[in-house]
Amino acid sequence: MVDRLNIGFLPLVDACLPILAQEHGFAEEEGLSLKFIRDVSWATVLDRLLYGHSDAAHLVAPLAIATTLGRGRMAQPLATPFVLGLNGNAITFANDLAAKLTSPGQLGDPVVAGARLREAAQAALARGQPLRLGVVHRYSSHNYKLRYWLAASGIRPDEDVEITTVAPPYVADALASGEIDGACVGEPWSSVCVERGVGTIVLATAQIWRRGVEKVLAFREPVLEDKRGPAEALIRAMRKAGRHFIDPENWQVNAAILARPEYLDGAASLILRSISDRLVLAHGAAPVHYGDFMFQYSEAANFPWISQAEWLYSQMVRWDQIAFDPLDAARAARVFRPDVYRSALVGTGDALPGASSKVEGSVSALMQVSTQQGTITLSPNTFFDHRSFDPADITGYLASLP
Amino acid sequence: MHERAMRIAIVDESASRASIIQEGLSQLPEAEIFVLTDRRGLMARMAEIAPDVVLIDLGNPSRDVLEEYFAVSRALAKPIAMFVDASDDSAIAASIDAGVSAYVVDGLASHRIRSVLDLAVRRFNAFARLQAELATAQGKLADRDAVDRAKRILMDSKHISEPEAYAELRRKAMSTNRRIAEIAEAVVTAHELLEGK
Repeated sequence: MVDRLNIGFLPLVDACLPILAQEHGFAEEEGLSLKFIRDVSWATVLDRLLYGHSDAAHLVAPLAIATTLGRGRMAQPLATPFVLGLNGNAITFANDLAAKLTSPGQLGDPVVAGARLREAAQAALARGQPLRLGVVHRYSSHNYKLRYWLAASGIRPDEDVEITTVAPPYVADALASGEIDGACVGEPWSSVCVERGVGTIVLATAQIWRRGVEKVLAFREPVLEDKRGPAEALIRAMRKAGRHFIDPENWQVNAAILARPEYLDGAASLILRSISDRLVLAHGAAPVHYGDFMFQYSEAANFPWISQAEWLYSQMVRWDQIAFDPLDAARAARVFRPDVYRSALVGTGDALPGASSKVEGSVSALMQVSTQQGTITLSPNTFFDHRSFDPADITGYLASLP
Repeated sequence: MHERAMRIAIVDESASRASIIQEGLSQLPEAEIFVLTDRRGLMARMAEIAPDVVLIDLGNPSRDVLEEYFAVSRALAKPIAMFVDASDDSAIAASIDAGVSAYVVDGLASHRIRSVLDLAVRRFNAFARLQAELATAQGKLADRDAVDRAKRILMDSKHISEPEAYAELRRKAMSTNRRIAEIAEAVVTAHELLEGK
């Protein structure tokens, strides 16, 4: 018997794992048939998930937590047993501003670029025209990583600049028209800005947090319980898709699949840039290899660390200016479900961490970690300002932030 | 009891659908309707209109922008996603099925929201039906065109009559379990290739 799952997604490269699981037959091997529902806003992806059009959805991770906590709409518990990837977004500025932050065509240094952006932001503010920066959603890791970088660089995100929401397909237009001065957006949309000559990539979000959580696969909690078998089969199929995804042999074919009209409906050549971690940062420049750009598969990259959910909650408290609430923190932590991930993969030989939570940002050199099965060596997962996040002390962490 | 005119904003990049919805909602007593089809300047218009109800299609990329605007708006009566009030879950499910989402200011009487939503859903469904009918009609026209061209090709190349050409297309379709129009398209394509067009 074949189980069917409907999966909602936005046309972004990090929707790749469920798509490739279906296209390469990994889903079928696990007795699954996946059907995809493409949308153009996170609000609609979420509505379809909440009202049963989809069983699971590609979702910005903070939105899964915000929905569970009832921020902006009625609370509905979501559950995410699988992280679809780490990082993979870029911060792109209008060309003239970018040239002040880095030498165009090279990735900036987050400390240096941050200090220079601070000068530019203050000058713009003094002129009465504060810099406007676009993010794809209020509850996105894009927003949180951009704000993290700004705040640590001495720029107050809500006072010194304006942060505004721009739908990814419109980022290039908004940069071209001067509606925004920069944006943090997922691929291939920064590459589209570069290709059109309207923007220059200055930073990868991986430079802000080397192993930052990005999109997740989210279910409604009751649906995950009802469809636990198919959900676990999907996790196994996506791990196989991940192993396929990181193999350079498969980059071209995977870029071509993702480029199809029913998926990203874009240029395979641009999609290939983020798949291969080789980005063209400025119009006409040579590609630059940055291996951490979009981190997939290795080092249990898809494992939903509870500490990641807790970090996202800490940023929600920070930027929504709400009081820390231990009950909310616990509800946010429960959104990430390492128990389901483990149960899906135990016995497959795939590496499973021994712990479900870690001090985020604490690994600064290669580190062997204890595992339930297999071996995992974590490479550095630091934040650019060398702070680390201990989930046991969220209030202390929040107090220590600028 | 007299009720203040309800201000309804329809956000839709399809002007034809927006006008169909507008026409449907114009039946409502005591309602003022605004149609916004342009993405640019959307938030500024929204601030001017200060709507009680906002209807936006699920396929509109501006939804996230709109939600952000409502979240940070300093207006006292700011619309919120209708999902906040779950009193009428079936109506919400019907609207999602039809492809429309609604944002409603707090405190608006639920029977008034219900009548707006019912009308909007009916109009969205009617528009979807029209689109489907149009697509079918266009498909039929294209099919007929291909069959006519294929018949002409067969008549010219095999020196047969029109009924004989049609009979050949039909025989081939039946033996290969395909539609006549598909066979006709194959004939036309093959002919174009051979003619070097």
